[in-house]
Amino acid sequence: MQDAVLAMLAKEPSHGYHLRARLQRSLGPLGESMNPGQIYVTLARLEKAGLVVCERADGLPDRPERKVYALTATGQQRVATWLTEVSWPKPDLAEFHLKLVAAAAAGLADPVELVAAQRRELLRRMRETQRAVLAEPDGSAAVLLLEGVVLRLQADLRWLAACERAWSKVDDEAEDA
Amino acid sequence: MNVANAAVRVHGLVKNHGRGQGRVRAVDEVDLEVPEGQTLAVMGPSGCGKSTLLHLLGGLERPSAGEVWLAGRRVDTLSERALARLRRRSVGFVFQAFHLMEELSAAENVELPALLAGRSRREAKRRANLLLDRVGLADRGRHLPSQLSGGQRQRVAIARALANEPLVVLADEPTGNLDSAATRDVLRIFEELRSAGQTLVIVTHDERVAATADRLISMRDGMFVDDTRLAGSATGWLGGLIGLEG
Repeated sequence: MQDAVLAMLAKEPSHGYHLRARLQRSLGPLGESMNPGQIYVTLARLEKAGLVVCERADGLPDRPERKVYALTATGQQRVATWLTEVSWPKPDLAEFHLKLVAAAAAGLADPVELVAAQRRELLRRMRETQRAVLAEPDGSAAVLLLEGVVLRLQADLRWLAACERAWSKVDDEAEDA
Repeated sequence: MNVANAAVRVHGLVKNHGRGQGRVRAVDEVDLEVPEGQTLAVMGPSGCGKSTLLHLLGGLERPSAGEVWLAGRRVDTLSERALARLRRRSVGFVFQAFHLMEELSAAENVELPALLAGRSRREAKRRANLLLDRVGLADRGRHLPSQLSGGQRQRVAIARALANEPLVVLADEPTGNLDSAATRDVLRIFEELRSAGQTLVIVTHDERVAATADRLISMRDGMFVDDTRLAGSATGWLGGLIGLEG
């Protein structure tokens, strides 16, 4: 998230509260749990790392001494690097896969049951996300982000369906043997 | 569950297709109660029997064995004539391929079920306008289906399904032919129906559609393999996806 905050400053120097509002607009329901102080913690870290500078600007009469954050040259460089990076979050499926393998090997639990429980949990998450999508107003920037969350859940659910088929077959063969 | 407030109830439901060696049991001894106002999704791979189940619930097909009850009335034993009347008045169907009358305007398509149920022309018209407005198509009433997008056609079909204030709306892959924006429109309408207390059964293979229901039944080989309540289980999970630090 540090990189995202930096990149938002590339347009123009900005107040912390303004950055937070822009973040929340883009994130929609995903940004709801951000507490007001978090953006300042991030900005303080960026300042310490020499990526942003903080200037005191003339504020309004009722709120003097506002801090305005601006990118340093190093900060600008880092934004440029971040934009061209092609890193991507890792799908973390290995742990669940190993859980099924271990449960079956030790006879501790039925993998098919574990898959079913996991599927129900993902469906509840899907429901929550879909309801968030439907609640967003037309033209909301957050809909596209939510669609990404939905498609990932869908991919996970399809993988679970494949797990279910494969482990059911193992069960059937065990019964036939 | 009190039988009196079950909109739909089936008991020991069986449907066989074909005869002899080639006989396939599409629905295999299924029991189900859908309480009034519930949105139920039925999911499963193609050929699992979910569409057949929907046809049995709506009286489009007759069961090989078992009972179908709508609002406390047994319907699988009705005569063809009585069954047709029941379908017209108490059941609203929504299909993947819309099934609109191509030579009738959107408004006329919506008026048709009310006219067939014996309502006056004026009343049918009034109701059609109301319903088209409800699905966001108040200004499209005069258009022919061919002049409408897929999403709009499906919304006309939903309005038509509601023409006689049905006891239950049965939707078979209602978003199967729609892109994601049109799918959202349809799901928004379903959500409004849900809050208005409309009983709704949706057959789908799309997890995104199924997850919007209160309850999800998974079918395989004609049988229910899972029955999950999805309603009232918000986990607050979405808000936790983003961490500012890091």
